[in-house]
Amino acid sequence: MKIVVDFDLCESNAVCMQIAPDVFEVRDDDFLYLLNENPDESDRERMEECVQRCPKQAISIED
Amino acid sequence: MATQSIHIVGASLAGIRAAEALRRCEFDGRIVLIGDEPHRPYDRPPLSKQVLAGDWDADRIELTKPEKFDALDLDLQLGVRATGFDLATRTLSTSDGDDTIDAMVVATGARCRNLPGIEDMAGLHVLRTLDHAHALRADLDAGPSRVAVVGAGFIGAEVAATCRGRGLDVTMIDPMPTPLGRVLGEEIGSLMADVHVEHGVDLRTGVGVDRLEANDGHVARVVLSDGAVVEADVVVVGIGVIPNTEWLEGSGLTIDNGVVCDATMLAAPGVTAAGDVARWPNVRFDEVMRIEHWDNAIEQGVHAAERLLVDDANALPFEPVPWFWSDQYDRKLQMAGRIGSSDDIHLATGSFEERRFAQLHGRNGRLVGVLGLNRPRHVMQYKTMIQNGTSFEDAVAAEI
Repeated sequence: MKIVVDFDLCESNAVCMQIAPDVFEVRDDDFLYLLNENPDESDRERMEECVQRCPKQAISIED
Repeated sequence: MATQSIHIVGASLAGIRAAEALRRCEFDGRIVLIGDEPHRPYDRPPLSKQVLAGDWDADRIELTKPEKFDALDLDLQLGVRATGFDLATRTLSTSDGDDTIDAMVVATGARCRNLPGIEDMAGLHVLRTLDHAHALRADLDAGPSRVAVVGAGFIGAEVAATCRGRGLDVTMIDPMPTPLGRVLGEEIGSLMADVHVEHGVDLRTGVGVDRLEANDGHVARVVLSDGAVVEADVVVVGIGVIPNTEWLEGSGLTIDNGVVCDATMLAAPGVTAAGDVARWPNVRFDEVMRIEHWDNAIEQGVHAAERLLVDDANALPFEPVPWFWSDQYDRKLQMAGRIGSSDDIHLATGSFEERRFAQLHGRNGRLVGVLGLNRPRHVMQYKTMIQNGTSFEDAVAAEI
């Protein structure tokens, strides 16, 4: 599973960071950093939640 | 007997997320998704921003990609309006006829409040749906001499910001002393007022609308309660919404500024509600709420769907920390939890001067809210603390 963030869309609402702080981090510069581009398959449900809860629909999962 | 079929009335954010949750929970019965708009579920927040700005078209805002949508295997009924319900016989009436329901999620949302006593005329708009956005965009494309925005709430403020971004002259009118002051407090309201004025908005606060005047059926001016006249050929009214519950009058469900639910989102046996239309006691805050936020529609839609698949003994209360954002110009406003005028307040980071801060709200020794301007990371981290029941003292002391 590969996490892809469209950084043109991302506006750093940090919702993903609240759900999965080990994968997504918004730093003090207000930009989002992807800490783990390839989470384990067992983490799919949580990643789907990040996709769904992103207010900018900026996150997608490439299988 | 296990639930055989589920009707979801309302095909916007709460409705589609409810449908997806049912399939995720391996519900393999019939799901009927009924929506009164002709469109598949789409995302509303971009309507006042990218869609209105002309940057995005409708295909950019679909809530579920077509292949995933089709995989849900829904009985999709678009352009169909729910007109009545009878709990005793479990009869759902729609513009297409009657159906007997097994279980149902009510997610009919809300509609825009109109200015009282003002008749419809060309150039007068509200903004809630894709069709509204297209109609308003077409009028903006025509290059109006001035746009008058009535109501400086979130929709009004975002429309004003987008219109300024398009180079249009804008007057924004609100009877309150500051934009959003009722929600955010006067100090932050006045900061937001400055932001609008600096971006060239002609802001008229503390004044209401007396009447609109038209030329040949097209709006021409807004007459304010202090007698001032704003010449404008486009008027956008953003003065709040009304939950869509009329179709449930006499249904046997309790209606009181929304569909009244218990703490688990159950309105009656086998009937739940979600989104803007639902009212329920949020036990985390010991408060009965009806929340019009985007994120709530998702979370509540999921909860309301899952609630239909468990028995009463295993039902969990729905106790979210409400959260919303609003983008205006280059400012991102976010709030999580609940804030009130008598809260203890602590500025955790930044300052009002730099317009970048996170402000904590405490009540009875607990962290209950956080309000941030361009501080998304902080808002989310404090939101987690609210969820965890962190004391105000610990939140203030936390280094994040």
